[in-house]
Amino acid sequence: MVSTVYAITLTCIGLIIAVFYFVIVNSKEAEADYQSVTKKWYGFRSKWFLFLITLGITITFLSLNPFPLPDQKKEYSSSEYQVVTVDGHQWYWNIAPVTIKAGQPVEFQVSAADVNHGFGIYDENLKLVAQTQAMPGYTNKLIHTFDKPGKFKILCLEYCGLAHHAMISELTVE
Amino acid sequence: MSAAETSGKIEYSDSVNRNALIAVKAHLIAGLLVFLLMMLGGLTMRAAQGTWLEIGADLFYQIMTVHGVGVVGAAVIASTGVQWYFLRQYVRLSNGIFWTNFIIFLTGVVMILGSIFVGKYGGAWTFLYPLPAISMGAWSNGAAALFQLGVLIIGVGLLILYLDFGRAILARYGSLARALGLTQLFGKEPVDYKHPAAVVASTMVLIVNFLGIAAGAVVLVMGLINLYYPEFKPDALLMKNLIYFFGHVIINATIYASVIAVYELLPRFTGRPWKTNKPFYAAWFAIVFMVMGVYPHHLMMDFPMPSWALIAAQILSFGSGIPVMVVTGYGALMIVYRSGIKWSTTAKLLVLSMFGWGAGVVPAILDAMITVNRTFHNTLWVPGHFHFYLLIGLLPMIIGFTYYLTGEGDSKEETKTVDNLGFYAYLIGAFMTSMVFLASGANSIPRRWAAHLPEWVGYAQVGTVAASLVVIGMLFFIVRALVSLPGASNPR
Repeated sequence: MVSTVYAITLTCIGLIIAVFYFVIVNSKEAEADYQSVTKKWYGFRSKWFLFLITLGITITFLSLNPFPLPDQKKEYSSSEYQVVTVDGHQWYWNIAPVTIKAGQPVEFQVSAADVNHGFGIYDENLKLVAQTQAMPGYTNKLIHTFDKPGKFKILCLEYCGLAHHAMISELTVE
Repeated sequence: MSAAETSGKIEYSDSVNRNALIAVKAHLIAGLLVFLLMMLGGLTMRAAQGTWLEIGADLFYQIMTVHGVGVVGAAVIASTGVQWYFLRQYVRLSNGIFWTNFIIFLTGVVMILGSIFVGKYGGAWTFLYPLPAISMGAWSNGAAALFQLGVLIIGVGLLILYLDFGRAILARYGSLARALGLTQLFGKEPVDYKHPAAVVASTMVLIVNFLGIAAGAVVLVMGLINLYYPEFKPDALLMKNLIYFFGHVIINATIYASVIAVYELLPRFTGRPWKTNKPFYAAWFAIVFMVMGVYPHHLMMDFPMPSWALIAAQILSFGSGIPVMVVTGYGALMIVYRSGIKWSTTAKLLVLSMFGWGAGVVPAILDAMITVNRTFHNTLWVPGHFHFYLLIGLLPMIIGFTYYLTGEGDSKEETKTVDNLGFYAYLIGAFMTSMVFLASGANSIPRRWAAHLPEWVGYAQVGTVAASLVVIGMLFFIVRALVSLPGASNPR
């Protein structure tokens, strides 16, 4: 997912650079008749607009089906889900239990005791695999299944004061 | 009312015009100087993350706080200068109120600087409730209150200015809908191709900022009450909604205010008109709603948010990229294509701004997809996209306009070497800065971290080099503005 998004971004930025380059190198020679320019490119603009709208509808439909966030009203059964409670404090995490099994979905019940924190799960290559906000007064349910065993890091992803960057904890997946 | 009456220019006395020009220059110079200082702050933070500079976490987060609030403030004050310069040509605006806002702004700046560097406030510019009140002894309630009062007072000044905008627009056009071109869009009046883009854009900015600042005032006051009466505990998610609505709208509106310079100036350099027409009005009408409706894309990792709000934010975020891709950026390219344009630094900057805005849309709308946001939210991808918008979109509009005021755009002389040096240092530095942030985000590096893990340090070091280039480029621009701007007469 991450590398696809990055590749799409680089490609699109590259294409926009190419369009600007084309226009700039074709800017010095003047075409006296601006109307012929507008006629041609207004025509193309309608197609460009329709393309973007179609693209938008397609992406919206594909990316929201199924809805990518866990249902917060659902009661996740303890037989099916491992439950991990997470409490963010300035500046440490209270996580219980800290060891879980691979292959079975985990329900993280994430809250905060003082200010807003961000609960970010990083794998051994320091890639972010899942996150949710930890908010005072709320318990966010984050569902994630770990495919492989390993040592995961928990990093704070919401600025929470002077030792925000030191709010690192560990989660073991067996 | 005839077309001439809706698009003709307002006459002022010479003394009022002279005073107005001084006021606009004051806004630009103040804005650019603050931008330069904030860039130095940004450079410092990148160097610290890259382990080339050792500073304490408390100072890092104070710099981060001043960097955020300072950039927003500089963007607001400089873009207001650009907007006011053009808007007053079509509706009768008051110099006195423009100056009043400026003085109030400076007062707010002093309060904010005091709160950060004397009071040690380091709660980030977003003052995310309840962090200002719970610092674990890093700063006092007084410092947090001073910061929030400083932001509040700046908002009050802007509201006063927008009241003048609203009064003047209504006096000339009768309704905001008519000023936005809606009567033409919906066929109640014939299309007037000379209806000023400055009026359309300013009306949009007026509407969204009025509501955005009102929301900001509400949340600031609630935060202030909480500081002194901790038993008053507003809902954390409600506060987040209000803060991000305010923050998103006010920074977004700066680019919509500054783009007026592109609409007004590119036609002069190309000899081609920028005609307002139905697609133009439709785009700006849509922008009014989209700028206000997209803010929940900051809250996608707040799972208790209603799903409809997040879905709407995703759709509107994609939609908000369309006007620039189809109308403004596209229109700018059409005007430049085979126009015989003379590539002064002014023209280069204005066209660069269109690139920055258009290209910045891509990482922004991707991150505003819920499924993408799960692994990009609060990583350096986020500063990546907004540095694209601000460094390569907004700032070139403001600097381009500043260059225009110095007379550079209309000069018959060849572009000066110093201007070229400044332009290319800035261009390469700004592009690199944004791209390094994006690469860092794609590698999951979190934003707002004073100290980076060893695996991330290389990115920060490249970012430091990039930020140095930005500062060098900006120094050239600032020197040019300080030397040439004060004595420059109003370009005709």
